[in-house]
Amino acid sequence: MTNVYMPRKAEIVSIIPQTDIDYTFRLKSDILPQHGQFLQVSIPKIGEAPISISDYTDEYIELTIRKVGTVTDAIHELKPGDFLFIRGPYGHGFPVEDFKNKNVVIAAGGTGLAPVKSIINRYNRNPKEIKNLNILVGFKSPKDILFEDEIKKWKEKFDVLLTVDNGDETWTGNTGLITKFIPDLKIENPDDTIVIVVGPPMMMKFTCLEFLKRGIPEKNIWVSFERKMSCSIGKCGHCKINETYVCLEGPVFNYTKSKQLLD
Amino acid sequence: MGIELDVKSFDNALKILSKKYKIFAPVRLKGKGSFSDTDLVTYGEISSYKDIELSEKSRYSPKEVIYPITQTLFYFTEDEYKEPEIDDKGIIVFLRPCDANSYLKLDNIFLKNGPYEDNYYKRLRDKVKFFVIECTKGFSTCFCVSTGSNKFLDYDVFFRFDNDKITCDVKNDEFSYAFSGKEVEFTPEFIEKNEIEVKLPDIDKISQNLEYVFNHELWDEYTKRCIACGRCTVSCPTCSCFSMQDIFYKDNPKCGERRRVWASCMVDGFTDVAGGHSYRQKYGERMRFKVMHKIYDYKKRFGTTMCVGCGRCDDVCPEYISFIKIVSKVTDAVDRGESK
Ligand SMILES: Cc1cc2nc3c(=O)[nH]c(=O)nc-3n(C[C@H](O)[C@H](O)[C@H](O)COP(=O)(O)OP(=O)(O)OC[C@H]3O[C@@H](n4cnc5c(N)ncnc54)[C@H](O)[C@@H]3O)c2cc1C
Ligand code: SF4
Ligand code: SF4
Ligand code: FES
Repeated sequence: MTNVYMPRKAEIVSIIPQTDIDYTFRLKSDILPQHGQFLQVSIPKIGEAPISISDYTDEYIELTIRKVGTVTDAIHELKPGDFLFIRGPYGHGFPVEDFKNKNVVIAAGGTGLAPVKSIINRYNRNPKEIKNLNILVGFKSPKDILFEDEIKKWKEKFDVLLTVDNGDETWTGNTGLITKFIPDLKIENPDDTIVIVVGPPMMMKFTCLEFLKRGIPEKNIWVSFERKMSCSIGKCGHCKINETYVCLEGPVFNYTKSKQLLD
Repeated sequence: MGIELDVKSFDNALKILSKKYKIFAPVRLKGKGSFSDTDLVTYGEISSYKDIELSEKSRYSPKEVIYPITQTLFYFTEDEYKEPEIDDKGIIVFLRPCDANSYLKLDNIFLKNGPYEDNYYKRLRDKVKFFVIECTKGFSTCFCVSTGSNKFLDYDVFFRFDNDKITCDVKNDEFSYAFSGKEVEFTPEFIEKNEIEVKLPDIDKISQNLEYVFNHELWDEYTKRCIACGRCTVSCPTCSCFSMQDIFYKDNPKCGERRRVWASCMVDGFTDVAGGHSYRQKYGERMRFKVMHKIYDYKKRFGTTMCVGCGRCDDVCPEYISFIKIVSKVTDAVDRGESK
């Protein structure tokens, strides 16, 4: 009988600090996930935590992990050459096949950039797959900015709007919540535009509303949910929102579905 | 055809079977009840007729036989994951039809929900033989007829315990060798009417009025009355949620284990996520979540009501909250909401 809770060992090949508390761990792995899928990542005797795959190639995967508690603290202690234990990938990712030849807008808040970063890099490699890409990213403050180098690279090909909630003395860029910039965004044909929104619950809620105001049809909006998850395979019940198991049917949902997830 | 047994031949059968099976049944634990000088009726291993408690409903259900309260998934030594071995023996469970049906409800979650079968559940579940106890009267809080779980025909052996006169129907030939006695006419009987009848809501009507049901004021009462102790979910034979937990041994921190332990959607912490955020903070919202799972969304998913009408949640609630009443209120609200 296959043990569905049995993780496999994955070597950490490099660790890239993004901020004081967010590190990107590159693991040797041949997992080819859907964009937006996640893993259960563990350290024996410490515990497991669900983590999005923030990027991948056929040789490695990347996880960007914020240090917030028992498991993530312990992961941050690890060094290249150490091992993490992983099982997955789990859940449903973004249906990128349906996004082909469309205008795509990606709005991400904070760590919400992790689950969509691999999509952006996919388009960065194959810009012809879509009509154009608009990226909106927001962070709390300049020191919370993730993936700075990559954001720079994306700017060469795409429209990127980076904003922070609160700047500091040296900050010369945009300030304010992402929602502030949506009314002025150039959206040529709303029916032909796909919008991806990922971030903290309140950010997602109000960002989606702003896009709806701009005439984007509900069915063109995609979000990704975070819920407590113990099993990620539809058994433990923690992630359930009334009739929906986020680990199975999500974490990526179409807005027509997500707006019905009452809690 | 049935076989008539006396206590001696029944005990003899248990003795024979115990070579190949662990045998579980409701038992009375003297002085272990929640108040001093009360007993606890629960599931335990038995070896003779006198061990079986038939006069009272068990407070806890037989689910722990196949789904232990705490179950080790892995033992860790340094960086290795090792799966615990299990007993070679099979499992015989004496249970009433409602509880036998509750195993089928657990099957839906552990074996059918999502893309994988839960191997830890399956390896115990595959061993189970159903020794069903005839139950024609029930107890004061039972409503198994209303939930359609009063019958269980897929038994291995069926028993009628009439004081010390025992009659059984051996459906699974595997067990014929253990039971010998006079052959008699015997038709298993099932309860056809409980003292309590509950009308379950029409799930299509709920689907059509989901927001109305969710936001209904009926739930508010439970925000005030429920204390989120989780006893109702612990005693429920169909509640199956768990949390993962890693530990290391104090005397040898290099070794440890990963376990799963029962969790309850009624208790604080069930939905906590990073940033101190949690959902369903009001107890009334948790009640809605639990009740809807039992009578609505599980049925939508698997085509059968999750609740088996055992009434244990009503028996154990320290605040005298009645699930039965809540279900009736939901049905009422749905029917009224519809006709508006
Ligand atoms: C689908 C999914 C994808 C995720 N992707 C990422 C990611 O890419 N990067 C990242 O840093 N984090 C991600 N998270 C969040 C991450 O799982 C939690 O931060 C982590 O589980 C906390 O574990 P801990 O042991 O370090 O913290 P704990 O000591 O357990 O707790 C610290 C805090 O985290 C909360 N928490 C505990 N378990 C979870 C959980 N399963 N989900 C959310 N919060 C929890 C606790 O309630 C507490 O507030 C994701 C979560 C989900 C569900
Ligand atoms: S919800 Fe209550 S009546 Fe229904 S199966 Fe669970 S404990 Fe029994
Ligand atoms: S047993 Fe009663 S008080 Fe305790 S959680 Fe259940 S309904 Fe609430
Ligand atoms: S995480 Fe366990 S059921 Fe979804």
